[in-house]
Amino acid sequence: MFSFIGRRLLVAIPTLLLVVTLAFFMMRAAPGGPFDMDRKLSPEIERNVMAKYGMNRPLLAQYGAYLAGVARGDLGPSLKYKDKSVLQILKENYLISVRLGLSAIALAGLIGVSLGVLAALRQNRAVDYGVMTVAILGVCIPTFVTAPLLVLAFASKLGWLPSAGWNDGALVNMVLPVTVLALPQIAIITRLTRAGMVEVLHSNYVRTARAKGLPEHRIVTRHALRAAILPLVSYLGPACAGLITGSLVVERIFNLPGLGKFFVTSALQRDYTVVMGMVIVYAGLILVLNLIADLLYAVLDPRIRLA
Amino acid sequence: MTASILVPGSRSGADSMERTALKGRSLWDDALRRLLRNRMAVTGMVVLGLLVVAAIVGPYLTAWRYDEVNKSDVWFAPLQHGHLMGTDALGRDLLARLLVGLRVSLAIGFVATFVSLVIGVAWGAVAGFVGGRLDEVMMRFVDVLYSLPFIFFVILLMVTFGSNFILIFVAIGAVEWLTMSRIVRGQTLTLKHKEFVEAARAAGLDRGAIIFRHIVPNLLGPVVVYVTLTIPAVILAESFLSFLGLGVQPPMASLGTLIAHGASDMELAPWLLIFPSLVMVITLMSFNFIGDGLRDAIDPKDR
Repeated sequence: MFSFIGRRLLVAIPTLLLVVTLAFFMMRAAPGGPFDMDRKLSPEIERNVMAKYGMNRPLLAQYGAYLAGVARGDLGPSLKYKDKSVLQILKENYLISVRLGLSAIALAGLIGVSLGVLAALRQNRAVDYGVMTVAILGVCIPTFVTAPLLVLAFASKLGWLPSAGWNDGALVNMVLPVTVLALPQIAIITRLTRAGMVEVLHSNYVRTARAKGLPEHRIVTRHALRAAILPLVSYLGPACAGLITGSLVVERIFNLPGLGKFFVTSALQRDYTVVMGMVIVYAGLILVLNLIADLLYAVLDPRIRLA
Repeated sequence: MTASILVPGSRSGADSMERTALKGRSLWDDALRRLLRNRMAVTGMVVLGLLVVAAIVGPYLTAWRYDEVNKSDVWFAPLQHGHLMGTDALGRDLLARLLVGLRVSLAIGFVATFVSLVIGVAWGAVAGFVGGRLDEVMMRFVDVLYSLPFIFFVILLMVTFGSNFILIFVAIGAVEWLTMSRIVRGQTLTLKHKEFVEAARAAGLDRGAIIFRHIVPNLLGPVVVYVTLTIPAVILAESFLSFLGLGVQPPMASLGTLIAHGASDMELAPWLLIFPSLVMVITLMSFNFIGDGLRDAIDPKDR
């Protein structure tokens, strides 16, 4: 087990290196630079500024210096937000994204698993078809459609919820963004749970449990559900990627000061270091979550041995 | 579209010559029969067919051009002054823009999926068939790419090179081939020990010929299913980029840009949001119904 974790972490290093390298050279290949403004800087000032950030050196030397910095845990200063380091910016904003993401995934898990179990227990009946239709809708309606429509309905017309803003994470401000983020995940989790549950309910050990005369709710919760939700664990990684993509849209529409909102703006403004910092954080996050998913899988299903 | 992919792949030249003499029911005939019995899938195919026709022919039939600005016709509600779906902030006819947007989104969906299909099938088939060290290296590469936060790279690509059509195709196609290659590799592994591959090898065919003439055609089932599910994913990805302002640039339209603009004007003109959203959802749903139907038809044991 520990050697498995160790090996996976070792594989993670070249992956991260690749991420950093790709992002670094792609950013630099982009036309324009962080110090292009409406008013053109005089050549002397521009030279000074470039020198201050070490950008007058050859590209490979800058790349080397950046890598050395990352290895020490230093992501460099922001090029756009004066007097702030990238780490500071990440620290100030990551909590909002994390809270949104965790709330959404918790909500999606709760609702998705319940709906999936319900559909499986009533397989091929009206409830099943109803739930699965909703689930297909959930997959097909993109976040950037649900978000404005929900704002239009609940904020503009009904006036029940605020249409945007964070307001220090007040519950009313969280409702719409979290719902929007959770909807596609609910749909996918429902489908996965139903598929797993249908299969498990037809398995021999469930028949044995029935034959022993266990009450149905016990069979479902204690015997079937445990095996049925296994596929959900391996969905953890993709779910996280989906949440990240979703948060780019949601944070923009609801004007939330999270990481997602920063990314696109920073990329457009050529704030090299901030963009790099975010790519590294997200890549690391995905790697860690995939590792956790694999470990959980092995813990939950003893038949799987980590090698 | 998807149904016609099925049929040619199932019949080799020799088969069609003998068809007049003897007509048996192949696996594909069975699958087609099952598919046509699936009401959802048939509805999906009909709706999608209509959408494709509308996207191809529609832009020529509208009374206004999609980029025709009329400063006096701003924000007409639907049906007002002959504009069936109303007009936007620049007085452009929404119906004309929607048809063009649908055309762009569908085109991106088909082309980018084709890119991912070619790369994914070639990659997966070679890795699976050759096996050993090469397989190890190729699939490790896929694993590494899998754990990249891809959406960021697509965004970076767009920012770096400015958004143009070809780049959107390439960027999205390059993301979507990963899963395809995994599916194809898995299938290839099971196929390569079958007798007909043995026979081909005994007949003296080289590896390339075996892979592309014998393995690839037999991969068609799962690949077709995955293709129908990739197209909507691609359309979504493009719309997502357009929504962030990185996709198709104005005055060109895609479903994503229309929705983005509709969302910003929704207080004043909700129809600008509602019509494009509806078309988007209907398009994605048809693809998903067809995909699910195909999966059930080709692999009936999963039902």
